[in-house]
Amino acid sequence: MTATATLATAGRVLRQLRRDPRTVVLLLVVPCVLEILLKYVLYGQPETFDRIGGPLLGLFPFITMFLVTSITMLRERTTGTLERLMAMPIAKLDLLLGYGLAFGVMAALQAALTTTVAFGLLDLSSTGSEADVFVFAIANAVLGMSLGLFVSAFASTEFQAVQFLPATVFPQLLLCGLLVPRDQMADVLDAASSVLPLTYAYAGLQRVTAGPGFDSTAARDLAVVLAVTILALGLGATTLRRRTG
Amino acid sequence: MSSQAAIEVQALRVVRGGIEVLHEIDVVVPRGEITGLLGPSGCGKSTLMRAIVGVQIVQGGTVTVLGAPAGSPPLRSQVGYVTQAPSVYLDLSVEENLRYFATVVDAGPERVAEVMAAVDVAELAGRTAGSLSGGQVARVSLATALLNEPPILVLDEPTVGLDPVLRRDLWATFRSLAEAGTTLLVSSHVMDEADRCDRLLLMRDGHILATGTPAELREDTGAGDLDGAFLKLVERAEAKG
Repeated sequence: MTATATLATAGRVLRQLRRDPRTVVLLLVVPCVLEILLKYVLYGQPETFDRIGGPLLGLFPFITMFLVTSITMLRERTTGTLERLMAMPIAKLDLLLGYGLAFGVMAALQAALTTTVAFGLLDLSSTGSEADVFVFAIANAVLGMSLGLFVSAFASTEFQAVQFLPATVFPQLLLCGLLVPRDQMADVLDAASSVLPLTYAYAGLQRVTAGPGFDSTAARDLAVVLAVTILALGLGATTLRRRTG
Repeated sequence: MSSQAAIEVQALRVVRGGIEVLHEIDVVVPRGEITGLLGPSGCGKSTLMRAIVGVQIVQGGTVTVLGAPAGSPPLRSQVGYVTQAPSVYLDLSVEENLRYFATVVDAGPERVAEVMAAVDVAELAGRTAGSLSGGQVARVSLATALLNEPPILVLDEPTVGLDPVLRRDLWATFRSLAEAGTTLLVSSHVMDEADRCDRLLLMRDGHILATGTPAELREDTGAGDLDGAFLKLVERAEAKG
């Protein structure tokens, strides 16, 4: 593993993104627009906006990052550039960390923009500091990115990759506690939700926006989100094969 | 012979999609020469090349490259590989593609300009690869493999779709690389390229039909050209059984 190969890969992925301004705009603008939409959907219930507006700051970037990275990685697999790289002296982790770094930069931009809009424009009230919310929003986007990189290994076409979003993300959205508090779900679902990463992503964001703020439980949630991110990147590296049939 | 050989393949067996595509074949590629791998489409040329580069899962036999098992980590900077479908980033410019791959293979930045000149794409440096013609992208893909001046080059149909002038120029490039000591294994399904090789491996249906210099193969079969020689060898193999 070398820093130069990782950085070169990150630079290359960002350069590719720059050639596709529409994707960049979608990545940065869509979460903001959704947040604005949410504000006015809940126009008559400002307390509901304060309750779920904060957590959704992290969930929208989670979804867009998941989608963009899974398709980008799939493209690398299907166009033959991955096979070329795997025949070259580059470590698998260099490649994945390069991707992680590039999309991490995008995630930071996205989180900065979305939190600015939410607090500056939409008067979202938060019990925690805006910096805490910003950190959680980035962590969520990075989690979406690493899961997207991982699941792209199981898709052989872009159609399949897109279907992984409803298949793997929607159940987590239903179970994470956003719609119904987890302790009011059927016991088996409550138990299932405790092993899904989005549950912790949501819970942490909920604590720093509408709950007691950045306490030890929120710190644990953040640690879980980061640990799953690293685990997914590691698993992603094992799905990159130097030899194929 | 074996100590001089750049590539040695013994009893290589490969199964793809449940069908055996290479049937225990033996191949020796000497150093510093251009070895042409010829045969019809689908005869197993690409699979053999993938096995030599070390990206193919094999079912049996050994592939030794420069004395090491194919695909072992030290070989990744020793073997340049160009796939049949050009594998470059279509949304990046020619120069951006080469700069990225140069970093990956640890080649100096000056090599980018040198390889662009070698395959005659210098004037396309700023164009995105996706906007180039098929032959131009193929040359960019080839340039990528030349970046770190590997001692072995494995080129899968590098001249497909190129006009005759470019083909002649590329073969001149291959020749000068070989004269500088590079071992080249070049596949083609056009027999008229065979005469530009030092040595030929004729393949059909996952078997090696014959090996030798172009002159030897013509002499052996009594055929006037290599197309004729190939046909004679097929007939001979079928008669045998």
